[in-house]
Amino acid sequence: MKPKRVGLPRVVRRPSPATEPVPDMNESDGNEGEPNESWAPPPPVAVVPRSPQPAATPQIATEHGLSDEEYQRVLSILGRTPNLTELGIFSVMWSEHCSYKSSKKWLKTLPTTAPWVVCGPGENAGVVDIGDGLVVIFKMESHNHPSFIEPYQGAATGVGGILRDVFTMGARPVANLNALRFGSPDHPRTRHLVAGVVAGIGGYGNCVGVPTVGGEVNFHPSYNGNILVNAMTVGIAPRDRIFYSAASGVGNPVVYVGSKTGRDGIHGATMASAEFNADSEEKRPTVQVGDPFTEKLLIEACLELMATDAIVAIQDMGAAGLTSSSFEMASKGKLGIDMDLDAVPMRETGMTPYELMLSESQERMLMVLKPGKENLAQAIFRKWELDFAVIGHLTDTGRMVLRMGGAVVADLPIDPLAQASPEYDRPWVPTRRQPVIKPDDVPGRDWRQALGKLMACPDLVSRRWIWEQYDHMVMGDTVQRPGGDAAVIRIHGRNRGLAMTTDCTPRYCLADPKEGAKQAVAEAWRNLTAVGARPLAVTDNLNFGNPQKPEIMGQLVEAIAGMAEACRALDFPVVSGNVSLYNETSGQAILPTPTIGAVGIIDDLGRMATLAFKGENQPVLLIGDAVGGRGGWLGQSLYMREVLDSEDGAPPEVNLQIERRNGTLVRELIERGGIVTACHDIADGGLLVALAEMALAGDIGVAVATDPASAHAQPLHAWLFGEDQGRYILTVADDGAADAVMRASAEKGVPCRRIGLTGGDEITVDGPDAMTLEEIRTLHEGWLPDYMNAGGPIV
Amino acid sequence: MKTAVIVFPGSNCDRDVAVALERSSGQAPDMLWHRETEVPRDIDLFVVPGGFAYGDYLRAGAVAAHSPVMREVKARADEGTPVLGICNGFQVLTEAGLLPGVLMPNMGLRFLCRDVYLLVESHDSLFTDRYDTDQVIRLPIAHHDGNYFVDDDTLKRLQDHEQIAFRYCDADGAVTAAANPNGSRDNIAGVFNRERRVLGLMPHPERLADPLLGGIDGKPMFDCLAEALS
Repeated sequence: MKPKRVGLPRVVRRPSPATEPVPDMNESDGNEGEPNESWAPPPPVAVVPRSPQPAATPQIATEHGLSDEEYQRVLSILGRTPNLTELGIFSVMWSEHCSYKSSKKWLKTLPTTAPWVVCGPGENAGVVDIGDGLVVIFKMESHNHPSFIEPYQGAATGVGGILRDVFTMGARPVANLNALRFGSPDHPRTRHLVAGVVAGIGGYGNCVGVPTVGGEVNFHPSYNGNILVNAMTVGIAPRDRIFYSAASGVGNPVVYVGSKTGRDGIHGATMASAEFNADSEEKRPTVQVGDPFTEKLLIEACLELMATDAIVAIQDMGAAGLTSSSFEMASKGKLGIDMDLDAVPMRETGMTPYELMLSESQERMLMVLKPGKENLAQAIFRKWELDFAVIGHLTDTGRMVLRMGGAVVADLPIDPLAQASPEYDRPWVPTRRQPVIKPDDVPGRDWRQALGKLMACPDLVSRRWIWEQYDHMVMGDTVQRPGGDAAVIRIHGRNRGLAMTTDCTPRYCLADPKEGAKQAVAEAWRNLTAVGARPLAVTDNLNFGNPQKPEIMGQLVEAIAGMAEACRALDFPVVSGNVSLYNETSGQAILPTPTIGAVGIIDDLGRMATLAFKGENQPVLLIGDAVGGRGGWLGQSLYMREVLDSEDGAPPEVNLQIERRNGTLVRELIERGGIVTACHDIADGGLLVALAEMALAGDIGVAVATDPASAHAQPLHAWLFGEDQGRYILTVADDGAADAVMRASAEKGVPCRRIGLTGGDEITVDGPDAMTLEEIRTLHEGWLPDYMNAGGPIV
Repeated sequence: MKTAVIVFPGSNCDRDVAVALERSSGQAPDMLWHRETEVPRDIDLFVVPGGFAYGDYLRAGAVAAHSPVMREVKARADEGTPVLGICNGFQVLTEAGLLPGVLMPNMGLRFLCRDVYLLVESHDSLFTDRYDTDQVIRLPIAHHDGNYFVDDDTLKRLQDHEQIAFRYCDADGAVTAAANPNGSRDNIAGVFNRERRVLGLMPHPERLADPLLGGIDGKPMFDCLAEALS
């Protein structure tokens, strides 16, 4: 795309609905879009800034991460050489982190609409209608690079940032989740990173008073030099009080609230868009420092102000701080801003325009108020002891004019920066497919030995050591605590609930990005289904390596294709998301990790399912069967990796029609009430691991009986540990209920088999060989605390 | 019962405890902002909720103990108005001198959120009348600084005057080191003042006062306060 020269663009006060997903602000209030009569326009703007700042050079541009081609585009847009502040603004706005320049083309292929979607990608977070006049607002975002450099603050500010994305839109945050990926447990740095990240997430979320209810953790050597910290926040707002970021109303005041601006986090977005190398330690000063106490005050102050009719538009200052927030608000409203940087609350003296615009100091928001509402708003922020400053006004120039010390220090056209950012169609190659491994070719092991190994492997062990450091009960609505298939939060004051989960199996995605991404979506959908929820929508966090390498770009392209296919087939649209590229250290890329965060609704909390066995002598049923009746999919299974030390083979196929059919049946059975006593989906580790998890949760054993009719169809270890998709385990109260489930399954053509009976305090498979629950529990609960307490060298 | 829940900047269990109070008493409590200097005369019970008052900066509860509203709460407590402090509220009450002892960082130096078992040491109070002495109840804790410490003399006084309200125990009621989540002296989880009209405890009774949340062992505390103060 050729950049358009923009001098003084015509003002379009209202965004066109065809081009921008910006809903009406608030129909009942007439004046928010009208010019403010009392406000006098600023004096005419000098085209060439009169500041003593140094001019940019191609070399400075390179140091700012702009390619030669991008710098030429800057020169062509401006028709002159930018000064340092202006160059800095271009560099952050066009960073991968802010501009999505490598992924945009492909993200457009994701399904983003459904009758229940109120607002899809493009705003701070996605908005979905949940009935009763309410919406759920949610998003997931990465804070990978900062968390690797400074784990506590990196993870903490990741939580802070995603909370702001959600309450910016008017929602009270009700839950946090996080998807974490660490390097090998043997790597000398891993323990330090786990400890710091977990403490940081807890330190922030606990203080803010939003429960951290779920998530996932994986360990793999590919993350040794580049961990992943993906944080998700879910909030609830009234349907008629959603706040958007499009500025409107020439002359309306632009207001800064929250913490003061300091020199921290300058260039965080640029850092987050570059590969790591041995010098990454030197980037520690680019990591922001969070203050959850201020965030808590900011939440309460913003929600208090949002209950009035003072706000026209609001945007949090996240990556690229004041720059991206002001440009996004102005660009969405097709307006300009005249900003006085001297009015910005500053933490230290002598800050330059460059520093003010690029600082990523935390806990700050930018808003446009209706004229005359400044005093009302100021009183609320004063009450909460937060800074409040009118730092500018909206103009009809379409330009961002920054003044400081009586001089214009930057004068930039907004649309070319925000809208005409580079977009690349990077070359890509498909990932070479792996051969399908036949179950008969995989050696069997004693099931007790294999189960013991799996239940104690880092990817399957109990995460209690982690989630006990998170306050998962504050707000008094946590109906399902961490450890189940999905967390469930009661909608305050009602008998309905939101189920939420995050999922991705990166080893599947490496072997086959498309099938792996389908699996991530399907597993999220299945986890919501397993608690009895109706899946609503998805947020994604696409973590990949350097997109300038065709193989990595191929992973991204194929993963998005897989997600799109699964989201379409399951009516599970993507409503928000984040892309994190350049997750590489010294040329080593991470496993492709398209994390899926998902939310579903439970209409009657009295009919919710949990995974714990509830009683003795309850029939155990297996819903769903292996694809094509072959079964026992061991390629890329944890059995292969942990027991046989092999990461080979194609990952399990996901048949989306079967997935949907099986899940729909399970949800109907749970919703019917009185039949299903426990439900769990079968995922990592396969059938026997799922049964062991149910047994441990209920402290009740199980006797598994293989089906004699199909005993020869596949080897026992393939049946016990295969990771075939679309399957669930149910327990039911008695034989009558079991018959009812069998009948219902037969009607829908869903395979359903009775595979055992609950009871006792051990697990048996076809006979006397047993493993006691105590033995399994010790392995399962012991690994993580033992590992974390082992000390050893911390690097 | 007319209750006032104190709200500091950084309180975050104010709503949770208000819900539990209203469920037991049928009456929504007043929410008292920390700057209040004029507190209604007819308050029957003050509740200092959990959270991170003033960010727990300086020391948990230290800044809050000197806030304007706490001067009023102290004066009323001296007159005999009951005060309940939960978690951060317990920390505030010790810092304010309404209860003896201090709450230090947990022995493991980590925040801990989990259900614990508590031995009811005394049912003889406004707060614990609906429990039996030596009853074992289950309540959640969620704190970083819950390690209760008192010197030997104070501990002896607490014991002599039966001011210990709850102690951490195992599911069978045995008070053991393994059942102590944070290193508290003598497994102490909650204490009364001498008059047994001020109670501070680290566990959260408001978090298990609703069957849907997994238990109701916290509910009797609010029920008996509602009954005693109506």
